[in-house]
Amino acid sequence: MTDWPRIRSVGLSGLLITFAERMSEPANCAALAFRAAVEEQGWPEVTETSTSLVSTFVQFEVSQDAIATMTDRLRDLLQTRDWFAEALPAGRTLWHVPTVYGTDLAPQLEEAAEAAGLDPDAAIAELSQSRVRVLTIGFAPGQPYMGELAPHWDIPRQQGLTKSVPPGSLVMAIRQLIIFTNASPTGWRHIGQTAFRTFRPGSEMPFPLSPGDELIFPSITRQEFDRISDDPTGGAEREALT
Amino acid sequence: MSAALTILQAGPAMTIQDLGRPGYRALGLTHGGAADPTALHEGAALLGQDPNCAALEMAGSGGSFEADQDIRIALTGAQMQVSIDGEPIAWNASHLLPAGAKLTIGGARDGAYGYLHVGGGFDVKPVMESRSSHLAAGIGALLQSGEVLPLGADKGGETNLTLPRDSRFGAERVRIVASMQTDAFDDATRARFTETTFRRDARANRMGARMDHDGEGFATGGQLTIVSEVITPGDIQITGDGAPFVLMCECQTTGGYPRIGTVIPCDLPIVAQAQPGAALQFAFIDLDEALAAETRHRADLAALPKRRQLLLRDPARIRDLLAYQLISGVVSATADPFEEDKT
Repeated sequence: MTDWPRIRSVGLSGLLITFAERMSEPANCAALAFRAAVEEQGWPEVTETSTSLVSTFVQFEVSQDAIATMTDRLRDLLQTRDWFAEALPAGRTLWHVPTVYGTDLAPQLEEAAEAAGLDPDAAIAELSQSRVRVLTIGFAPGQPYMGELAPHWDIPRQQGLTKSVPPGSLVMAIRQLIIFTNASPTGWRHIGQTAFRTFRPGSEMPFPLSPGDELIFPSITRQEFDRISDDPTGGAEREALT
Repeated sequence: MSAALTILQAGPAMTIQDLGRPGYRALGLTHGGAADPTALHEGAALLGQDPNCAALEMAGSGGSFEADQDIRIALTGAQMQVSIDGEPIAWNASHLLPAGAKLTIGGARDGAYGYLHVGGGFDVKPVMESRSSHLAAGIGALLQSGEVLPLGADKGGETNLTLPRDSRFGAERVRIVASMQTDAFDDATRARFTETTFRRDARANRMGARMDHDGEGFATGGQLTIVSEVITPGDIQITGDGAPFVLMCECQTTGGYPRIGTVIPCDLPIVAQAQPGAALQFAFIDLDEALAAETRHRADLAALPKRRQLLLRDPARIRDLLAYQLISGVVSATADPFEEDKT
């Protein structure tokens, strides 16, 4: 791990701190914890921070001096602890998001179950109890990439694209889940349907989910879904993680 | 009572835009805003107001409009055919649009995005502190015929002012700097990239603009294994088929395609305003040169109000010359010019 973490400049926008070459749980936790630590420093030059799967991005007004200074500061901060072993930041939320698995609402549950070597009932039983974390938010506003599921869910994206899945779709590939923000074509398999809106412009909480939040998708019936389908919160319940 | 502008006939892709909505990258939302922010600064300079005032962005072609009161307007960005009640008026200039007169804006002639600014800006309801539509995110919508747009209060000012035409229209050279994955492309590929003259593909919108060229693509060694990373507008990503794609103001916040470089912010309007088929060439510059260019650009924007000039009009072309009040404001030869100050 001698090459990691790496600090690289991002055009004229800032610096990127990358913790690993590919996605892993510890590298994702490190990126989340490091972003929280940068925010905590309260450096006035920093205009925005964000994370992707295994990196923290620090945006600031770039100049030669500013890059040199910020690189030194980030290197010092990196050396203060083992970021791969660092606890996740405080203030996170655990969400319970009611989900219809399979049926005509989510027609690829059986296909995904088969690829994972399970029968559909066993797949639903397992998925409805799996707790996943928001690894990153991207592609569309508020749209979470969540993981990681158990290794037998390491199923590839399908070769062809599904023309369109609706907002609130729960889709799966490569041990990860996504709740789609907007109707979208996708190569991921549509295994569940929620009424949860991940982006609510104009509301008090436009982005309900933050990177690091955790989610469980309890199984509900079609009848229960019809009752909550017009509610942008999708019947979700939340509790603070401490 | 504040004024309103009615869209009599909407063009195919008109939206309300200001300078955008920064600060939400971590939550998956790029800043958006006008595809050509320089045009917003020009409109603001012409009307003597804040560059963040919301304007109407018209992709490809405009539409027709009518105001319910006399209002001040300015037209910037790509030159479009424009007239008031059939009388051609100047682009890149401010004008008075009389109540009930029909403003007609046609197709773009030398760029992709034209802008209609109004005194006081369009006062549509802000979403998260910005009035910009962000269609990819589901904020706002394409404007439709029959819509009535409210205007903010105009503190007033001159009209018939113009600004010199900016060099970004029809420019070919686009300056880029290295970014985090530039090293993933070998020297020969980077050299070939800067030596290639690209043509802007017809597939271009507020999210990105694809670049066409003859010859092979620009792959990295490890094209498929790159983990998804932060995207900033201006990044040039190389998609699966080896074609470069310049990511624009409404792009995604993260992406897994490698970026060969990033267009410096002050040159991004060149790409935004390139017409389909327009030639573009990318040139790497170093950080110091890029920072100097950005500093100069900001100074140029700040100096725009000083570059305004009176719009010269040929009196022979003014159809209703006699209706104009030509002597308003003329100083009387007999009045004491200091008299007013004493009262």
